Amino acid sequence: MATVAYGTDRTDEAARQAAFDAAVAADERIEPRDWMPDAYRASLVRQMAQHAHSEIIGMQPEANWITRAPSLRRKAILMAKVQDEAGHGLYLYSAAETLGTSREELLDKLHAGRQRYSSIFNYPTLTWADVGAIGWLVDGAAITNQVPLCRCSYGPYARAMVRICKEESFHQRQGYELLLALSRGTPAQHAMAQDAVDRWWWPSLMMFGPPDEESGHSAQSMAWKIKRHSNDELRRRFIEISGPQADALGLTLPTGEIDWDEFKEVLKGNGPCNEQRIAQRRRAHEEGAWVRDAAVAYAAKHGEGKPS
Amino acid sequence: MTATDWPLWEVFVRSRRGLSHTHAGSLHAPDAEMALRNARDLYTRRSEGVSIWVVPSTAVTASSPDEKDSFFEPAGDKPYRHPTFYEIPEGVQHL
Repeated sequence: MATVAYGTDRTDEAARQAAFDAAVAADERIEPRDWMPDAYRASLVRQMAQHAHSEIIGMQPEANWITRAPSLRRKAILMAKVQDEAGHGLYLYSAAETLGTSREELLDKLHAGRQRYSSIFNYPTLTWADVGAIGWLVDGAAITNQVPLCRCSYGPYARAMVRICKEESFHQRQGYELLLALSRGTPAQHAMAQDAVDRWWWPSLMMFGPPDEESGHSAQSMAWKIKRHSNDELRRRFIEISGPQADALGLTLPTGEIDWDEFKEVLKGNGPCNEQRIAQRRRAHEEGAWVRDAAVAYAAKHGEGKPS
Repeated sequence: MTATDWPLWEVFVRSRRGLSHTHAGSLHAPDAEMALRNARDLYTRRSEGVSIWVVPSTAVTASSPDEKDSFFEPAGDKPYRHPTFYEIPEGVQHL
């Protein structure tokens, strides 16, 4: 799109800042071509990139079980879910691109380890019950985080989140149903479900980020209305709703404290699967190169798809 | 064009017959046909559409947010374009 050039003297800058502040204060949405502070743009790119990366890295632990799903029904459900995660990644990458950062650049940064994805996906899926625990707890925590993002001050991000939240509900319910079937099954199946919940509970609580007093970006993000609630507030909400859900499953939630040292280690790259996840992502990207090249060659031959 | 600079396409979806196409989002694809297929997979996985348009993003010319006021202002002082501007005597029907 063509942009109209304008001067950048100090008065203009102050007026634009005031217009931006007023829009945020009035709960209006900021749209791609509006003026916005550089730090607001950078913060959004960081958060949306991390979010998009999490969606596509998150395909790996679940895809691990597609070939071993116990029935055709469960296999079809799991494939649909993993496909949704790819879709969510694409919604978010295209929303991030409205800020002037290309998808290619974001993927390069992910592959180079310069941008993060959620620490939760650095844990392994050891049993079939883990697929259920991910749906119930990991997607449940994600929904708790994401519903307020539907009212985020940046329009394209908020719109992407509306679409994602609609689809996440299926993810959570299929996981819950899967765990319920196991919990009501044989003693061995019940034990498998309980073991999965025991392992995924703490990492799910870590998904809300560090405690408020240690969260570097929170205050500014809340002032900009990118974020609407603090990490601890959302974590508390999730714990409250999970208790009765666990009771209905006939499973128990672990008691104790979050091990923040473990969280820091996983963030540093020392989780159980950090290397495996990023290596797999790079390999998938490289091995898909011939498909992308073929599509380009076909488009060139038929004279379509002129470069933008 | 290399695989890294596939053009961007804007996707419009008609959710059911009788409604107009609405902007759903955007995606990258090497040509229009692939854009259409990708749009089908990305934006209508749950039967959200019966028809899709894809338009190269570069073909869109947009009004500038900086001119918002002067651009849209002319309509602001013309309330007589709305039916509620007119006072009609009580009891007059079908008007």
